[in-house]
Amino acid sequence: MIIYNTLYNLKNSKSLNHFIIILRENPITFFAFLMLFFFLITAIFGPYLVPYDPLETNTKIALQPPSIDHLFGTDNLGRDVFSRVIVATRLDLTISVLAVLMSFIIGSILGSIAGYWGGWLDIFLSRILDTIMAFPLFVLAMGIVAALGNTIENIIYATAIINIPFYARLVRAEVNIRREASFVHAAKMAGNSEIKILAIHIFPNTLPPMMVQVSLNLGWAILNAAGLSFIGLGVRPPTPEWGIMVAEGANFIISGEWWLALFPGLWLMLAVLTFNLLGDGLRDIFDPRKRV
Amino acid sequence: MKNKFPKLHAALFRSAQSIPVLIGVVVISFVLTRALPGDPAVYFAGAAADEQSIKEIRIAMGLDKTLYEQFFVYVSNLINGNLGTSLSTGQPVLDDLTKRLPASLELTILSLLLSCLISIPLGILAATKPDTWIDHLCRFFVTAGVSLPTFFTGILLIYIFYYILGFSPSPIGRLDFIYIEPDTVTGFYLIDAAISNEWDTWFGAVKQLILPAVTLALFTLAPIARMTRASMLSILSSEFVRTAKAAGLSNGKVLFSYALRNAFLPVITTLGMVFSFALGANVLVEKVFAWPGIGSYAVEALIVSDYAAVQGFVLSMAIMFVILNLLIDLIYMIIDPRIGFESK
Amino acid sequence: MLNVQNLNVTFNTRKGAVDAVKDISFNLKKGEILGIVGESGSGKSVTSYALMKILDNTGVIKANKLIYSGIDLENASEKEMMDIRGREVSMIFQNPRTSLNPIRKIGKQIEDVLKRHSQANRYNAKQKAIEALKAVKIKDPENRYYSYPYELSGGMCQRVVCAIALACDPRLLIADEPTTGLDITTQKAVMDLIKDLITSRNMSSIFITHDLGLASEYCDRIIVMKDGHIVEKGITHDIFTSPNHPYTRKLVYATPRPGKSIRSLLHSQNKNKEVQHTIHEETLLEVKNLSKFFPGQFGPVQAVKNISFKIKKGECVGLVGESGCGKSTTSAILSRLIEASEGKIIFNKNDISTFAAKNFSKNSIRSDIQMVFQDPTESLNPRYTTRQSISDPLKNLTEMNSKEINSKVIEVSSLVGLPLNLLDRLPHQLSGGQKARVGIARAIVLSPKILILDEPTASLDVSIQAIILNLLVDLRAKLGMSYLFVSHDLHVVQLLCDYIIVMKEGVIIEQGNSDQIISSPKEDYTKSLLAASPKPPKLPKTS
Repeated sequence: MIIYNTLYNLKNSKSLNHFIIILRENPITFFAFLMLFFFLITAIFGPYLVPYDPLETNTKIALQPPSIDHLFGTDNLGRDVFSRVIVATRLDLTISVLAVLMSFIIGSILGSIAGYWGGWLDIFLSRILDTIMAFPLFVLAMGIVAALGNTIENIIYATAIINIPFYARLVRAEVNIRREASFVHAAKMAGNSEIKILAIHIFPNTLPPMMVQVSLNLGWAILNAAGLSFIGLGVRPPTPEWGIMVAEGANFIISGEWWLALFPGLWLMLAVLTFNLLGDGLRDIFDPRKRV
Repeated sequence: MKNKFPKLHAALFRSAQSIPVLIGVVVISFVLTRALPGDPAVYFAGAAADEQSIKEIRIAMGLDKTLYEQFFVYVSNLINGNLGTSLSTGQPVLDDLTKRLPASLELTILSLLLSCLISIPLGILAATKPDTWIDHLCRFFVTAGVSLPTFFTGILLIYIFYYILGFSPSPIGRLDFIYIEPDTVTGFYLIDAAISNEWDTWFGAVKQLILPAVTLALFTLAPIARMTRASMLSILSSEFVRTAKAAGLSNGKVLFSYALRNAFLPVITTLGMVFSFALGANVLVEKVFAWPGIGSYAVEALIVSDYAAVQGFVLSMAIMFVILNLLIDLIYMIIDPRIGFESK
Repeated sequence: MLNVQNLNVTFNTRKGAVDAVKDISFNLKKGEILGIVGESGSGKSVTSYALMKILDNTGVIKANKLIYSGIDLENASEKEMMDIRGREVSMIFQNPRTSLNPIRKIGKQIEDVLKRHSQANRYNAKQKAIEALKAVKIKDPENRYYSYPYELSGGMCQRVVCAIALACDPRLLIADEPTTGLDITTQKAVMDLIKDLITSRNMSSIFITHDLGLASEYCDRIIVMKDGHIVEKGITHDIFTSPNHPYTRKLVYATPRPGKSIRSLLHSQNKNKEVQHTIHEETLLEVKNLSKFFPGQFGPVQAVKNISFKIKKGECVGLVGESGCGKSTTSAILSRLIEASEGKIIFNKNDISTFAAKNFSKNSIRSDIQMVFQDPTESLNPRYTTRQSISDPLKNLTEMNSKEINSKVIEVSSLVGLPLNLLDRLPHQLSGGQKARVGIARAIVLSPKILILDEPTASLDVSIQAIILNLLVDLRAKLGMSYLFVSHDLHVVQLLCDYIIVMKEGVIIEQGNSDQIISSPKEDYTKSLLAASPKPPKLPKTS
């Protein structure tokens, strides 16, 4: 009975209808969400469904090209590349989602405060953001991971830190634009306190342009994590992760065993592409003006 | 002063804003590298050293002083142009960097040029025919380019063009060993080889440059094309373009004198951001193509905790970036007559 | 000279074909000024764009005849059209500042047009550009040649735009709302200039506007459009004194002019009876020596200079002035959005200027002073439904529970004439008039003692304005509120308000009872404002 009620409510829900309309209008968004769905399923259920143990080595069948038994071939230690690629999804997605979530929350708070109240707070914050952005970001991430230690947590922290300025700047600009809008004045007339105005009236209206940044960032965070692993910082073997698999496979490409590097790289590209294409769709979903 | 020379005032104000950033950069790079793992004194002393010699070396390196004292020493060294000595090469870090910088710069500048040559016309084309298949194709192509990880693209290109097709030479750096390096004037092989009329070497350098430059360029296509398209779209639908059309001005005149000059302004700012991105992506590309630039220098230094080298690298990168952004903002100020007069 | 028969313009949008202009026909004689009047969405601008063929790519033009001076415009190639534009037919647009290339000197922009149509070469281009600037009466044209648009005022920009349009001596000038957004006095100066230039060069002109009063002063003939159709055509005088079509009649009545009451703006059998509102003797709000300084580029700028006035309980006071006079700053100070720099604001015997503006939301007096804003779209939170917008003040400033709030919202919605099915809609799903009603409902839901209205009908169509103004009159009588009505339109203020204050550059020039100010103004500035307001012909004596 409860299930029936929930489903019924869902069916009549305005938000769900709006979501479906957006999907129908934009084939690219639809495609992107389909891919997202695929990646999510792989991340959650992948490890239980893969044919082989990603860590199991078997030097007898090392370096075999793709076949029916091993869809993506085997690597130099005889591990099944397909299983490793699928299992790596969970790690890579987790890293990027956590990192982006952190930088989104911190960046939004900092940017809102600076954009709304201005003054010395704003100047101070802007200088700090400028300083962070003065470093070539990947290099900064490299430095942070190297300084803090070669662990997965530190990759997440490093990626989060270098992304904070993007959100802070964007939120600051958007809040600044809306600060003098008459609906904000009207909210003051209606007795809203300043915090309430910032949190409930202004900030939710900045979400649509932020969503584009969020999705681009998710893609970029994956690239970042993979890049760091590629140069040996972050994830260590034998953990399956796309970046490290491309690094290991790079050595074999010169001798013609292309499948070790190609498949993880391809998967990496598809994941990033999905997030990049998702941006516009997410923005439309969050924009109340797109509702019919 | 504000009234008489508003532009000069604005320029000075903007330049002054760089100073706190530079200070912050120096502090952060100091803090970051002091946090690196490993004890440089141990490394420097060697495997056979005992407690006493390690201690002596530590004192000699100044590592026994407090952090504040070390910072003071660091800053005074900086002012003298002393970035310390690299543990792995034994050379002053400043020398290492100046030797390797031209390689990275040559690569980055060339790839940016290549990228602009493609992405800007693409962006303009997409803006003049919005929502057509050309537009969608451009956007898809550009989005796909930015989704590719640079290290992967590099490897893929090597596989296709070197291994399969045999077009490109093997990816072992700036020049195949059959050529001799040209006499150093600028450090840019293309310029130096041209100056000394060594055209064989010139071609050799070009051949080595193509693949890494293309790899880097692919990555930077997207932001430039996107910004060009967005900027052109908004300018093309603006009122003054409509007025120009209504006055019968030719399409060429409207596009170049009216639309493009206005649309370029935000693109210039984007280029600064892209340059920073490219420097970051540089590190990966240099590793894949064994390019002897500052990127690969940094990676090697990080792995062995060569703190002076890493510090020098991070600091010089950041300073370059701050100066570059300042230059771009100043250029912007010269081009746009409104700056200095309009309050934001 | 211009013969248009059965013109149709259709736009192919993603949601299907939209007919913007439906089968219209009209003529233009040589030397004639034709006015095309209509409200938003009437298709008047689209018509002019179609004549010049500068529509978007998605627009399709179909006509039986579209002939200018013997040239078939419909079948003309783009190359031929580019020759015609600027040389034979010119157009000027609404916002003069954004119509000019911001990073190109204005002299060069005039030269571009001259060179394009071979009216000048490299050697005499500059000379001819300066002559063009002289023709539009710009002072010091030799130096102004080197100016950029941001250095010029709005009125001067419009003159430059005219200079560009007339540089090649065209035969027909199309002016698309050229004075919208300009001050009344600037508006008059620009319109007089345009009319002089047109008559002295024996040109024809099409003047597009939503302001019927303005059209009546400058046009020989008028066409009225609605929803893409031509509803009526005729000589100006006839349109006003004996309008045929009911829509024309509605527009003519709604155009503000000197008159007796707000009711005269409505032409309908269903309008309410005249209502009276009582003005008490006691003072509700008193402003004493109010001043406001803003930080500026070259030192502090004084927006409001030592002004004093009183508003009695139940009285409606109009605050009139052009842009930059300080009226908006004053209303913002009174509604406690910003602090005053000096002076006192005494509300109901309490000096509220001592209570900080940013904490005013906690003050109990907050619910007594409410505001209606200028742009109905911008003043509504795009994520809030109508119900949420109207109930927000109740949730913050009263102790009502959700049931009580709901019934209050319904009560107030009926009071402002808002259909209840709109309560769950988002702002972008409402029309301009409906949004204005929501703004008013939100402002009166707390039963305030004084309502500050900052140009509340400035962005509305003239017919909607008439309805909203009448609504304000009814509410005033029913709820006994005082009004501070800020506007630049003297006629509206005279119809609505009991007392008028005229401001200029932060100072009160003149204040007094509205009839007195309008009929016998003392100050020159007030007189010039009155002279600049368009005066449509008097209505016939029928209802």
